[in-house]
Amino acid sequence: MKVVLQNLTKIFPSRNKKSNEEVVAVNDFTFEIPDGKLIGLLGPSGCGKSTTLYMISGLQKPTGGKIFFGDDDVTELSPENRGIGLVFQNYALYPHMTVMQNIMFPLQNLKGADKMDKSTMIERAYQAAKLVQIDELMDRKPSELSGGQQQRVAIARALVKMPKVLLLDEPLSNLDARLRLQTREEIRRIQKETGITTIFVTHDQEEAMSISDMIVVMKLGVLQQIGKPQEVYDDPANLFVAKFLGTPPINVFNGEVKDGKLYIGEEAVLDVAGVEDQKVTVGIRPEGFVVDENGPLTCNLNNVEIMGRDVSVVSTNESSQNPVIRSIVDSDTKIAAAETVRFSLKPHKVFLFNVETEERIRF
Amino acid sequence: MVESKNSWKAWIYLSPAIVLLLVFTAWPIVNTVRMAFLENYSSMGAAGGITYQFGIGNFVQVLQYDKFITCLVNTMLLCVLTVPISTLLALIIAVCLNAIRPFQRLLQTIFFLPYVTNSIAIGMVFAAMFNMIGNNFGGENELIITAGIVNSVIEFFGGEPINWINAGSSYFHNMFVMVVYIVWNALPFKILVLLGGLQSVNKQYYEAAKVDGTSRLRTFTRITVPLLSPMIAYVVITGFIGGFKEYSSIVGIFGEDMGPTGDPRRLNTMVGFIYDSLSNHQGRASAAALILFGIIFIVTMINLYVSKKKTHY
Repeated sequence: MKVVLQNLTKIFPSRNKKSNEEVVAVNDFTFEIPDGKLIGLLGPSGCGKSTTLYMISGLQKPTGGKIFFGDDDVTELSPENRGIGLVFQNYALYPHMTVMQNIMFPLQNLKGADKMDKSTMIERAYQAAKLVQIDELMDRKPSELSGGQQQRVAIARALVKMPKVLLLDEPLSNLDARLRLQTREEIRRIQKETGITTIFVTHDQEEAMSISDMIVVMKLGVLQQIGKPQEVYDDPANLFVAKFLGTPPINVFNGEVKDGKLYIGEEAVLDVAGVEDQKVTVGIRPEGFVVDENGPLTCNLNNVEIMGRDVSVVSTNESSQNPVIRSIVDSDTKIAAAETVRFSLKPHKVFLFNVETEERIRF
Repeated sequence: MVESKNSWKAWIYLSPAIVLLLVFTAWPIVNTVRMAFLENYSSMGAAGGITYQFGIGNFVQVLQYDKFITCLVNTMLLCVLTVPISTLLALIIAVCLNAIRPFQRLLQTIFFLPYVTNSIAIGMVFAAMFNMIGNNFGGENELIITAGIVNSVIEFFGGEPINWINAGSSYFHNMFVMVVYIVWNALPFKILVLLGGLQSVNKQYYEAAKVDGTSRLRTFTRITVPLLSPMIAYVVITGFIGGFKEYSSIVGIFGEDMGPTGDPRRLNTMVGFIYDSLSNHQGRASAAALILFGIIFIVTMINLYVSKKKTHY
C-alpha cells in the first residue's frame, strides 16, 4: 500500500495564553511513500517526525492537508479503520496481560464480519509470534521479558491484524547498542518477509541509513530531502542534510570561489568551473581527503588515530568551522610525524553551499 | 546495619518513639486482651480491690447478647452494601473526571470537599434532608409540617413522602439513608486515590488500545480496571476496615440513640456496642473489641488473598 501525504500540516496551538505563538510541527509535507518499502523519517528531536507518524496513524488530526493510503483518502478515518499497526517507542505492552493475550488483543476487538473464532485467533497470534521469533515466550508477562523481546512482542501485536502500513516510533531507542544492531536487521527481515509498507521514525542517521529503502530528512517541521540513503548522503540538498548524515560528520569550511577555483584560506584547493565568484560554505566528507605531499590544502596535524581498518587524521585549519577536521584515510597511507599535513580532495566528496540560504551550489 | 558497638546509639534515638508506642499503642492492646479474659471485669471494681477470674465468659456473654447480633448484622450489612457501591461510583466518577479537561481542578476540589468536612456535621445536614417535621406519622391524625428536601423532590414528581428516619420509620428506609450517607461520605477519598492512579497510567496504553480498535467499554474493563487494580484493592480493603468501624455516621443521622425515635439502638454497630459497654462492663467491651478485631483481620486477609490473585502489580 503506497502512502501519499499531500500538503500535510500540523499546528499546535500555543500553550502559553499570553503569547499567541503557534508551533508549526509539520509544515506543508508532500511526498509519496512507495508500496512495500521501508522508509525512515529522520531528523533531530523536535523536527516533527513523530507528529508525522502519528498523523499517518490517525492518533493526531492534521491541521491541513490530506493523507492517502493507496487511492483512499484516510485523513478523516480513525486509527482502527485505517489498517495500520503501530509500535510505540516504549512498546506500550499491556503489563497485566501475557504475551499471548497482548498479541491476541487487537483480534479480540474485531467486530461484525471480521470477528474470528478462538482457534483462528490463536493461530494468527502464533503466526505473528513465529515471525518475530517469540513463540516460546507466549505465557510470559511483559515484565519478564528483555527490552528486545518486548520490542518483538510489540511488533507482533502490530502485525497480527495484518496491517497495510506498519508504523514504528523510534523502534531502537530503548535498546542497548548491541541489541540495536541486531534488531534493526530483524526489522529489515520482517519487513522484507511481510512486504508491508513500513515507516519508522528515528533521530539516528546511521540507523536510518543502514536499513531504509528511502529516508526522509526533516528539520523543524520542514521537509529537507527524500531519497535512497546513499543518494542523499552523496548528494545532499543543503548544508543541514550534509551535516546531519554521516559519522564522523562532514567537515565544514569557510571558502570562496574566485575565477572558477575554490579557495580555502589562501589556498586554491579545487577547480569548480561554472560557479559564480562568491563566498561559500564548503562541506568535505571525511573520506574526501587524500593525504598528498603536494596537496593544495595544508592543515595543522593534531594526531593520527589508527582504528584498524582505516586511519583517522585529526587536524586543524583556520578556515574550518568545526574545532577539528576529521578525515578518514586508507590504513596503508604513511603519515609522517610533522607539524602539518597536506591533503588533496576528491571532488565528488566536496559540496558547496550558499552562505546565506545554506542551499547547495552545484558544480 | 548498625554496628553492634554503636547500636545503643540507635536505641537512644529510637527511644522517644518506642516509649510513646509502648504507652499509647502496645499497653492499651495488651490491657484490652487482659480485660477481655477476666470474667465480668469492671475497672471500678478493679479499683475497689476486687480480683477477677481468668475465663472466656466475656466472649460468651457478648455472643449470647441479642443486641450484639443486631450490631453485627447492621455492621456487616453496611459494609457489604456501601463498599462495592462506593468503589464502583468512585471508579466511574474518577474516570469521568480524568476524561474532562475544563473545570477538572474545580470539580476535583468539589468532590473532595466531603473529606475535609466533619462527618457529624454532614450527618446532621443529611438528617435534615431526610427529616420530617410533624406528628403521628403513618397514623390517623398524621400532620406533616415540612418533609425535608428529599421528600419534597419525591412529592414534586408525584410520589408519596416517605418516613425515612423519624418515629415509625422502617428498618429498610433507615438502612437506605445510612447507605446513601456512608457512600457519599466514602466517595472523596476513593475518588482521590483512583484519580491519582488513573493519572499515573501511561497514556500510550490508551493510544495503543485506540489503534487496536478497542471499544470504550472494553478499554475500561480490559485496560483501565486491571491497571488500576492495586488502587482498587487498596480502597476496597480500607473501605471494609472503615466500614467495620462505622459509628459516627449513625450518630450523625440518628443521634446518640442510634435509631429512630421509639426504637433506639436499632441501627447500632459493633463500635456502638463497644461504646455502650464501656462505662460499666469493660470486660465485655474488650471482648467485643477483640471480636471486631478478629472479624476485620479475617476479612482483610480474605481481601488480600483475593487481590493477590486478581491484582496486577
